[in-house]
Amino acid sequence: MEKWDNNNAWFLVLPVFIIVAFSAIIPLMTVVNYSVQDIFGPGERIFVGSEWFKETLANRRLHEALWRQFLFSGLVLLIEMPLGVMIALAMPKRGWGVSFSLVTLALPLLIPWNVIGTIWLIFTRPDIGLFGFIINSMGIAFDHTASPLDAWITLMLMEVWHWTPLVVLLAYAGLRAIPEVYYQAAKIDGASAWATFRYIQLPKMRGVLTIALLLRFMDSFLIYAEPFVLTGGGPGNSTTFLSIYLVKLAVGQFDLGPAAAFSIIYFLIVLALCFVFYQVLQNVGKGERV
Amino acid sequence: MKPKKRTILLAFYFGLLFLPIYWMLNMSLRTNADILSVLTLYPTDPTLVNYIKIFTDPSWYSGYINSMIYVAMNTTISLTVALPAAYAFSRYRFVGDKQIFFWLLTNRMAPAAVFLLPFFQLYSTLGLIDTHIAVAMAHCLFNVPLAVWILEGFMSGIPREIDETAFIDGYSLPRFFITVFIPLIRAGVGVTAFFCFMFSWVELLFARTLTVTDAKPIGAIMTRTISATGLDWGLMAAAGVLTIVPGALVIWFVRNHMAKGFALGRV
Repeated sequence: MEKWDNNNAWFLVLPVFIIVAFSAIIPLMTVVNYSVQDIFGPGERIFVGSEWFKETLANRRLHEALWRQFLFSGLVLLIEMPLGVMIALAMPKRGWGVSFSLVTLALPLLIPWNVIGTIWLIFTRPDIGLFGFIINSMGIAFDHTASPLDAWITLMLMEVWHWTPLVVLLAYAGLRAIPEVYYQAAKIDGASAWATFRYIQLPKMRGVLTIALLLRFMDSFLIYAEPFVLTGGGPGNSTTFLSIYLVKLAVGQFDLGPAAAFSIIYFLIVLALCFVFYQVLQNVGKGERV
Repeated sequence: MKPKKRTILLAFYFGLLFLPIYWMLNMSLRTNADILSVLTLYPTDPTLVNYIKIFTDPSWYSGYINSMIYVAMNTTISLTVALPAAYAFSRYRFVGDKQIFFWLLTNRMAPAAVFLLPFFQLYSTLGLIDTHIAVAMAHCLFNVPLAVWILEGFMSGIPREIDETAFIDGYSLPRFFITVFIPLIRAGVGVTAFFCFMFSWVELLFARTLTVTDAKPIGAIMTRTISATGLDWGLMAAAGVLTIVPGALVIWFVRNHMAKGFALGRV
């Protein structure tokens, strides 16, 4: 089915274009403006060219934050994807259990991000938190405000708790789309549960799993509010991810030039990843219907 | 997996899912002194004092009202502008359609931290700081593209013959769109509204930066009160519990359609 050629369709897109341009292009212009100037005060600014970019690209703390960010996003995917698929396979297929499971799974997704941080702050503190208390009474000293490793463990637990349901919901939707005949055929052939998973369910979930993978990667790459509440980027800089570092730079230290240069580099990284995302999605759509 | 083992695994997982939320609920029903003195698995002496404080102190409950106002505004704006645009993307080919669609998508992925300072200056210049509309507009940055994206998916599932037949029958485009097309995709509209609500409700970075007092969201009030009074864990937990309620209500209404929204993979 071919789409109709009609440039007047632009009028339908215009409101969206105006609203998003207002929110996206004007602020980006400001950032570009800052990134090439040194600002002392109102009306006092000099053009510095690419100086901030050179400074930012050579900034060790930024490199550390970037590697930390990739490590974090990588770990998130390694844990959440298999776990999400496993739980989706265990979900009931019909009956009241379906509604109950869906509502339960969606619950963490609808809690404001800073409240997520608060929940885990309360849950993991050694003095008042159930988790922190149990771990400590087992003889393991656990304190996410003092030890970088403990801070990472807490963050990972929180992240897995918060976002695995999204993977489950996507995987479950993919599973539900598999026609019953496939299972009947597998049964006739005497396929084991593993074979059914490997040759029927997994290939059929390819589309939704790709989407889950990319969404989880992008969102964990931009994480801000939860670690901000839980650890504030510490102890030391051990949980300072890109967004946290950027806000520290821009709002905390008010270094507008370097912050702007950093913003542009950050945005370009995201844009590149986003382009890959888009290409993959297009191909998924072409291959087989999700 | 055998059915029984599968149920146990699932029950275990849901238990883990509820546990941190339960712990916050537990905290919210106790006074701060009680929380700090002894760790108990359930409130031995449950009290509603934290909730009463939130519901009687305007600086607390106004936070909920503020959050609701800008979320409602944002959802309305996003749906209103996204409906025609999604129709255009699903039905017509026009100059730059693919580029615009990709550009919209990039804004869904834009790091909020990058836009923080420019947004503050933009809305200061316009004199809109500390208004609900400023937050609602800022959230359009990611919610409008999201709405277009989800709606386009639902609309493309409706065969184009329906449009053609309606036009032959003498419907104008606006009349067809409102009286025939929107009712056809009402599940999609519901799902889209749900996701707009969700992402506007959970976002805090913009909402906190663009507000001072009059439009301050509940999330920001929570953090502010912590620093002002020391740490009142009970009060903070009660505020947290209350932020879960609207979300839980909304999920209940869209639970049957939600899976379909996820199935399109356009979240």
